[in-house]
Amino acid sequence: MDIREQIRERLGPQIIDWKEKSSRRIYFSVKTQDVFKAVEFLFKELGLRFSIASGVDTPEGFEILYHFSCDKTGEIFSLRTLIADRQHPQIDSIAPLFSGAEWVEREMWEMLGINFKGHPNLKRLLLADDWPEGKYPLRQDHEP
Amino acid sequence: MNLKLKALTRSIWVFHVSAGSCNNCDIEILDLLTPRFDVERFGIQLIGSIRHADALLITGAMNKKSVPRMKKIYAQAPKPCVVVAVGQCALSRHMFRHSYNVEEPLDSILPVDVYIPGCPPKPEAIIDGIVKLVAKLRKNA
Amino acid sequence: MSHRVVVPIGPYHPLQEEPEFFQLYVEGEKVVDIDIIIGYNHRGIEKLAESKHFDQIPYLVERICGICSSSHPYAYVLAVEDLLGGEANIVPERALYIRTVIDELQRIHSHLLWLGLAGHFIGYNTVWMWAWKYREPVLDMFEMITGNRNNYAMFKVGGVRRDIQDGDVPLLRKALDELKPALDMFRGAVMDDPVIQMRLKKVGVLTRAQAVDWCVVGPTARASGLNIDVRRDEPYGVFDRIDWNVIVEKDGDIFAKTVIRILEMYESINIIRQCLEKMPKGQIDADVKDIPPGEGIGRVEAPRGECIHYIKSDGTNRPVRHKIRAPSFMNVASNKVACVGGTISDATITLAAVDPCYCCTERVAVLRKPDNQKILNGWDLIKLSQEKTEQIRKGMYHAGT
Repeated sequence: MDIREQIRERLGPQIIDWKEKSSRRIYFSVKTQDVFKAVEFLFKELGLRFSIASGVDTPEGFEILYHFSCDKTGEIFSLRTLIADRQHPQIDSIAPLFSGAEWVEREMWEMLGINFKGHPNLKRLLLADDWPEGKYPLRQDHEP
Repeated sequence: MNLKLKALTRSIWVFHVSAGSCNNCDIEILDLLTPRFDVERFGIQLIGSIRHADALLITGAMNKKSVPRMKKIYAQAPKPCVVVAVGQCALSRHMFRHSYNVEEPLDSILPVDVYIPGCPPKPEAIIDGIVKLVAKLRKNA
Repeated sequence: MSHRVVVPIGPYHPLQEEPEFFQLYVEGEKVVDIDIIIGYNHRGIEKLAESKHFDQIPYLVERICGICSSSHPYAYVLAVEDLLGGEANIVPERALYIRTVIDELQRIHSHLLWLGLAGHFIGYNTVWMWAWKYREPVLDMFEMITGNRNNYAMFKVGGVRRDIQDGDVPLLRKALDELKPALDMFRGAVMDDPVIQMRLKKVGVLTRAQAVDWCVVGPTARASGLNIDVRRDEPYGVFDRIDWNVIVEKDGDIFAKTVIRILEMYESINIIRQCLEKMPKGQIDADVKDIPPGEGIGRVEAPRGECIHYIKSDGTNRPVRHKIRAPSFMNVASNKVACVGGTISDATITLAAVDPCYCCTERVAVLRKPDNQKILNGWDLIKLSQEKTEQIRKGMYHAGT
């Protein structure tokens, strides 16, 4: 069974939509509460490598894309989730699954203000210590 | 030792510091020590401690986290200390001037004596700037 | 004379609170913990990109890191071309070859740069001078093709901005021919030197399991046995039409990382030679005009590892979101495990082994537990590292002292 079939089989009920943008770019969405288990499956069982996670402030809420690379085939599987609560955006941290996620989530927290529950060390990474609280540079309402 | 006298005796000690740079200028500065350019023949020496520096070579766009550090380093340098801004970022913040993390250009934080433009300035341009600096110091001596 | 006696303490000043990038906590000679503090280069580029046109962004991202100056623009244009349907479907063939040549020339210059710095850190200043001396002809080649030693401004969405002139090709071939004996010299001087082997083998080890856990990339990953390389896994440019090898080692130590970088330079020369032979005549730019709404991901194998960009567009001439992940972002974090358990004399070379930005490694401090008193700075650490090599050379070094 190839990777796509395995993902669809295991995560089937949780997958909200599935788009294959090209032969090597697959985007699929799950609800925020299903992200942790999905990432655990992709990383631990399928052995995909975590490349990066990108967060973006959209009118519908905060969208996070977790990009996993299947190095054997060159495909990138991007797991998408939408955090609709703009006032208190939060999601379970995936850092307990692997250490490579720690810095990535810290950066998303300080740039977008998304709280990663269970993160072992959620503190500033890039911004100065005296950067004002509550100002998140990558939010749309922050001036360029 | 008096800086002007040092300029006359041809041994200027330079301390290099980067404040939010992409490293291109830093590598070109280090390139000066290598055989092709060999800046030591002009009497310039790169040193490891700010406390003995005659000149401060600064690169980078002065991002927020680096500014306090830059001020502290300048305060520790024995005066007179000449400040040389190397590269477009140190001159004017270059294309980062609209960034939320880059607020002031270098010359509104520290007094700059020599500007060496370029992105990055070629080693020949940096040598040219330093030679002009030495000539200026000698003229004022 | 025991090693402990020659450790210099200070200079430090109680009021000197320069923020350090790497704070090493030691008990005796052993590093027991490390704090990695970054952000000194953060210039808000992702946010800036949202206010720039798509065709202005290559100039911006080129200056993320001066050493991998072509990797970021290449990954960016690949991301936009992914959105548009894929590099192979859009970019003319000659441009693909030119892109590959630039990418590989950059790998050579970057690895030579690293070799020089690593040599300096372990006290082989001749290696430093020679590595950087042989880097100059590579920069000359860049200047010949692109007009600049660094910051090449070659990449645009749909192709490249400048062509390689026919008259330049023999000069390029000659420069590559002259580089090969230099690489042979480095290979002999570095890989066969017993002192360097003693200095770098089993030092700064990152196990395969740790490499997976920290999601590292590039030579850092390949040194630990992870056989990953974007050029082969998801070919871009003309990497799928050229004969070349991925270099993988298994010990995970600094020596393995050194071997990989040296051998990769040979592969790069080989790749460029094949490109110059096979490059067809033709257009170099597809003249892309509009970027429709959508998203794209582009990645290249920078000298330090996978460099990945994500672009989201809404059909206007500026991106909605531009996510940039340089390879060092994953690799530097792994120092948390690579440094701990080692000695302070190995600290600088371990930190440098992942090939981070130069100005990160100059800001290192060593603090003694449990009182967190600062005892050494970066320059002291480099001296310690050089002294260890000297002692090995004289047969005086005893492990554990």
